Amino acid sequence: MSLPMKDVELVVVGGGPAGLCASLEAARAGAQTLLLDENDRAGGQLFKQVHRFFGSRHHGAGKRGYVIAGELADECLKAGVEVRLSSSVLGFFPGGELMVDAPEGVYLVRPRTAVIATGASERCMAFPGWTLPGVMGAGAAQTLVNVHGVLPGKRVLMVGAGNVGLIVSYQLLQAGADVVGIVDIADCVSGYEVHSDRVKREGVPIFLNHRILAVEGEGGVESLLVENVSKGKAVRFSADSLCLALGFTPLAELASMRGCRMVFREELGGYLPWHDAEMRTDRPGVYVAGDAAGIEEASVAMEEGRMAGISAAEELGLLSGGQATARKAAVRRRLQGLRSGPYGMDKLAAKDSIHGS
Amino acid sequence: MDLRVGKHAVLGEMGGGRPVTIYVDGRPVPAREGEPIAAALYAVGIRTTRYSPRSAEPRGPFCMIGRCTECAMTVDGVSNVRTCITGVRDGMKVETPGRTGS
Repeated sequence: MSLPMKDVELVVVGGGPAGLCASLEAARAGAQTLLLDENDRAGGQLFKQVHRFFGSRHHGAGKRGYVIAGELADECLKAGVEVRLSSSVLGFFPGGELMVDAPEGVYLVRPRTAVIATGASERCMAFPGWTLPGVMGAGAAQTLVNVHGVLPGKRVLMVGAGNVGLIVSYQLLQAGADVVGIVDIADCVSGYEVHSDRVKREGVPIFLNHRILAVEGEGGVESLLVENVSKGKAVRFSADSLCLALGFTPLAELASMRGCRMVFREELGGYLPWHDAEMRTDRPGVYVAGDAAGIEEASVAMEEGRMAGISAAEELGLLSGGQATARKAAVRRRLQGLRSGPYGMDKLAAKDSIHGS
Repeated sequence: MDLRVGKHAVLGEMGGGRPVTIYVDGRPVPAREGEPIAAALYAVGIRTTRYSPRSAEPRGPFCMIGRCTECAMTVDGVSNVRTCITGVRDGMKVETPGRTGS
């Protein structure tokens, strides 16, 4: 079988916050950069973030996620990044080539360096009725409503009182759905108070110490059985949609396929490619960034992307040692800032434990 | 059933694509050009995108990012198309895999 082959200096897989920033840094340093994304526009999950970001001005605080995505994508084009959309990467082979399935056909890419920025997928949980239509990830519901303008249902029950569960619940309310409750087996809300206050003000009950027992319905979700685990008592809710906000796990199959050493870190969502503080994996020329390198948040993904892009440009000989050192030091300072809060400490410790392993 | 948001509190008017028609198991369904097929189906209350091969249980979109394949349908004769990341084109013919009586 002979497929068309495309040679590039850098290929970036995934056009979310990490991949966009990696492409931008590398292209600005002069790297011939190809950015591949499966979707029909770049931006990744930033497109469904309609809330204003926290943090510093440097990370777009005060701006809504989809605005940040559009700006980064524009900057990439201006910097000369070749952006190819609706392009799925099917494989990243031990020989260093990638196979791409795109509208123009199937072809191979032979890169001198690569950044894997493939993001994350939502975690799931099995219970009777979990396969019924109307049960979906909270992130899936967020995509449906905020990107495509379609509600997952009229009456929604949310499982998980972390930030995603709280934010998506509020966004479902904003879009006109009724959120009948947020269920969490823990005895406290794990998300930020600002997010839980917002849903409480709208009258959404949060059921702590509760779990989902079963989903009932003929062709899709019609009602839900929820149990108070401390009392052992079950209540039935009428709802047509169940959203699961159970956290994320890195999507790093391409790294594993390429032969990168994988490590397991509970705090970072599970299996992820081993990498050093400059986002280098143990395979030559292969870098990783963003949620694929451990679940954190979008601002961290952007900085890791920048780090990976700078490292790749340095490896390509496009940055002098001094230039690269200065740029990496600036990124490292910002990453330290992002991971300094109470929610970042565990992530920081887990990351450090990988770098040293 | 109409699950379209219409005017959104933050985003304003949503679903700007040109109104078109697609055919789901032969039945005309209004859709917007470019939106994912799965979203167009959800908007009119069609939540089942396939039936499981062995037990014929209904399945619907779960991840909306092209990973879970629960939304894989037959589109214009091509099987296993991930409808959550495939955009609507006017006149598309969409079939539900495993649907009995089709």
